[in-house]
Amino acid sequence: MSTAVAAHPDAPTSGVTNAKLGIWLFLASEVMLFGTLFTTYLVLRMGAASWPRGWDVLNVPMGMVNTFVLITSSVTILLAYVKASEKNKSGFQLYMGLTILLSFAFLVIKGFEYGAHFAHGEFPSTSIFNAVYFTMTGLHGFHVICGIIVNSGLLYLSGEDFEHPLFAGRVEGAGLYWHFVDIVWIFLFPALYLL
Amino acid sequence: MNGNNYGWGLPVAASSYAHDIDFGIILIHVAMVAIFVLWGIFFTYLLLKYRRRDGVPAEREHEHGALKSLAPDIVVMVFEIGLIVFYAIPSWSKIKMNFPQPGEANQVDIIAEQFAWNIHYPGADGKFGRRDPKLVHFSNPIGLDRDDKDAQDDVVLANEIHMPLGKPTLIRLSSKDVIHSFFIPEFRIKQDAMPGMVIPVWVTPTAVGKYELSCAQLCGFAHSFMRADVIVDTPEDFDAWLKSHAPVKQEAPTKAAESW
Amino acid sequence: MNTHDEHHGGHHELTFWEKYVFSVDHKVIGLQYLITSFIFLLIGFSLMMLMRWQLAFPGHPIPLIGGLLSSSLAPNGVMTGEFYNQLGAMHGTIMVFLGIVPLAVGAFGNYIMPLQIGAPDMAFPRLNMMSYWLYLPGGLMMLSSFIMPGGPAQSGWTSYAPLAIINPGQTVWLLSMVVIITSSLLGAINFLVTGLNMRAPGLSLDRLPIFVWAQLVTSVLLLLAFPPLEAAAVLQLADRVMGTSFYLPSGLIILGQPLKASGGGQPLLWQHLFWFLAHPEVYVLVLPPMGIVSEIIASGTRKPLHGYKTMVGSMISLGIMSFIVWAHHMFLSGMSPMLGNFFLVTTMIISVPSVAILTCMIFSLKGGSIRFTVPMMFALAFLPLFGIGGLTGLPLGLTTTDIYLHDTYYVIGHFHYVVVTGSIIALFAGTYYWFPKWYGRKMDETLGKIHFWGTVICMNGIFFPMFIQGMAGQNRRYFDPTAAHHNIPTQPLHIVSSVFAWLLFLFQLPFIYNFFKSMWHGEISEENPWQATTLEWACPSPPPHGNFAKTPRVYRGPYEYSLPGHKTDWFPQNEEAKA
Repeated sequence: MSTAVAAHPDAPTSGVTNAKLGIWLFLASEVMLFGTLFTTYLVLRMGAASWPRGWDVLNVPMGMVNTFVLITSSVTILLAYVKASEKNKSGFQLYMGLTILLSFAFLVIKGFEYGAHFAHGEFPSTSIFNAVYFTMTGLHGFHVICGIIVNSGLLYLSGEDFEHPLFAGRVEGAGLYWHFVDIVWIFLFPALYLL
Repeated sequence: MNGNNYGWGLPVAASSYAHDIDFGIILIHVAMVAIFVLWGIFFTYLLLKYRRRDGVPAEREHEHGALKSLAPDIVVMVFEIGLIVFYAIPSWSKIKMNFPQPGEANQVDIIAEQFAWNIHYPGADGKFGRRDPKLVHFSNPIGLDRDDKDAQDDVVLANEIHMPLGKPTLIRLSSKDVIHSFFIPEFRIKQDAMPGMVIPVWVTPTAVGKYELSCAQLCGFAHSFMRADVIVDTPEDFDAWLKSHAPVKQEAPTKAAESW
Repeated sequence: MNTHDEHHGGHHELTFWEKYVFSVDHKVIGLQYLITSFIFLLIGFSLMMLMRWQLAFPGHPIPLIGGLLSSSLAPNGVMTGEFYNQLGAMHGTIMVFLGIVPLAVGAFGNYIMPLQIGAPDMAFPRLNMMSYWLYLPGGLMMLSSFIMPGGPAQSGWTSYAPLAIINPGQTVWLLSMVVIITSSLLGAINFLVTGLNMRAPGLSLDRLPIFVWAQLVTSVLLLLAFPPLEAAAVLQLADRVMGTSFYLPSGLIILGQPLKASGGGQPLLWQHLFWFLAHPEVYVLVLPPMGIVSEIIASGTRKPLHGYKTMVGSMISLGIMSFIVWAHHMFLSGMSPMLGNFFLVTTMIISVPSVAILTCMIFSLKGGSIRFTVPMMFALAFLPLFGIGGLTGLPLGLTTTDIYLHDTYYVIGHFHYVVVTGSIIALFAGTYYWFPKWYGRKMDETLGKIHFWGTVICMNGIFFPMFIQGMAGQNRRYFDPTAAHHNIPTQPLHIVSSVFAWLLFLFQLPFIYNFFKSMWHGEISEENPWQATTLEWACPSPPPHGNFAKTPRVYRGPYEYSLPGHKTDWFPQNEEAKA
């Protein structure tokens, strides 16, 4: 965000730029949000009379592929940041484009999984497991969509704004967020599919 | 009798642990009033003594008095630790964690619903008949399976609870729909009835009389009308009442349904 | 996002919309919050005045406006149980989420905190504007539920499942809550970054005014406690809209009909998630007011606050502890009684820092030269009245006595003493105190004193009888108290409370008049009317865009009053000491 209203040079600060501090605080609140959902999952599962095995009802290979897709996208966004700080515009655009493509791939695969569930008449209302599964992956999917919007925005802005001194910092912020989305999935996948 | 139970203070105490709770309430309030009055005197004194007067500047104290300002804290802490260790935890355990054995207690299931209290007695055999949500019907609000042999002598009432004097009554509290709360002021007992859970509550009445059960948790538009009479009888009268009630229900269930 | 460079010169003429509506200036946003939240407070209070009629005279037609209400809400002017529950739920929600929090944080925090740290604006001005423009639509959405099919929420401000899931009207409530929570989260991030990164040179953490500390701790609470409620609200929304069963156990039978839902959920889960927010929320409601009172006491006694470090430490420990006391609202909910013991102990521990703060405030009076100005009178009234609120928390926090007092009017009396005679009194104090900062004019003293005495007396008249009613076992949220026999002896007290509630409204009229009159015609205030030391008085009133002509430099702690040898009895933080 804006550091134009910057603090005085020798002012006491946290030593982190405003934007970065803002992102970290935002992520702290996101941790609480997903922490709550994981707690809910645990509490409901412990209190349930029966709970299906994840691999019996969910498509583990597809989930597995999606995990790799997201991990790869974390690597590509990191490379995009490296290129941005090296002022390599085409490199940045390549890796950011790849990141966005991979995020779409994730959503498409997720969409196939959802479609298969709906085709079998499995909806959020069908069972408490489905409720948990759809809500948690749905909220995660919403975060992926937000990430796509932010990343596409940066890709678009890089046309004109690439030389802006704060540009790499913004890519770093988007990268932090994207890593977080990735980490959430890395917890979600075993919790829902494998346990 | 009922009219004299209530006033501007605590209602009549009519259960074995009511005095434990009253003791705490009174002790805390005495302490609270004492703290507040002493504190208020000090406060008023400060306001008068240190009001602005021409030519009298504020005295600048240096921070030596840190310990002094912690003194009220230490007093409060000692008082609270005392309350927790010697009062709250022991009496809480007694009321909420130590239940009478089912054999020596009068047992009753209470099933709350919007906006009534259903009371289920096991009858002479001491065994509760089977209840099945599928059987719930206007004439059978708790879904009691009358074909079950344990259910033959069961007594089901709405909004009326009978308890024997001096004997613990063990209640299993549940709810059909939303959260209700079981509150009898004279017994100083309160417990939420949580759908999906069965929560035990016990009470030993210590005075014959008619008391009031009300719902203490918002349960819908008629929340304030959700009440029941609690009637404490001598054990002999209670047994006689239970005996007289069971056959009537068994022989003429349809008639009973009409009278609701 | 980098175009916001007002203090580098290069101004362009702002249009009316940019200047007053979609402004990114923290001062304009602060005043937007101020006016909006005062209006919401008035709306929430009006709902209560209607409820007070029903409580005082159950079953009697509401005078004057009874005939105007639709026949489904009040046939023949007599309020129905549904309508009463709607008013109750909306009163609580509006007062807490749309009134006090936005006033304490959005208005005072936004306007005063950047000034007190010598910053030109918030760290993220556009985010700040977005917070307000989420809060206002969220609030309007909440109000709009009155005209939605199904009406507004009617399951209490706590929205306990399963009632909230089967009752009509909760969906809009949940949606608006999600919007309001998002607004608060953005605000919290902004406040923390501003407070940590934008301080003027020399303003180290141990020189921060207490009010800034209070805002920072509050922001941490909002940041960490609101997301769980957001998640919980999303789940409840799913239960209502998508037919899931997060909070619905199996086998529910609603009015004789089995509920069509998969079941397998837990109603207690909602309570845990809700109170995990809502207890820290209590400290969100009281910490900024405590900060305001501290500021006013320091300048009103002309001496440094007693125990600055103790107060800051206490606020921080209140913040931390507030995350592990939530289940003391749930002693009787059916959760394990062993857990009750744990939360009993944490609850007693959290009372220690609260007592420490009050003690420091009162010791600050000792040796002072107390100026009984209107803000000071409100600040002084806060001390004993908040004290009553705190003390009456004791029998509620103690498991055993809570068995009897839980969910009675005693609880209502307790938390209204905390948030009304505590928070709202302090917010009034802050309004009188900083009004000259906002408008360059003072509020009228005489009208202020009338407002003060009327408000304090009426507030006590409303809430004190509730302790007696609670002691007699009267349950809260009763649409008709006389339906239960044990409430009848204390019924006259409802009339007392109600009369004082309506009088309280009359005593707000001088305040409203005073506010708007002084805004345009008040006595012009000098630059530092209270002769205070903190940085907000080091810039003109009202401050121009960018606040300080030159970034101030800070040389000392926030409350250097009556320093021997100094020419005046106040020594501003930014004044260089003569060698």
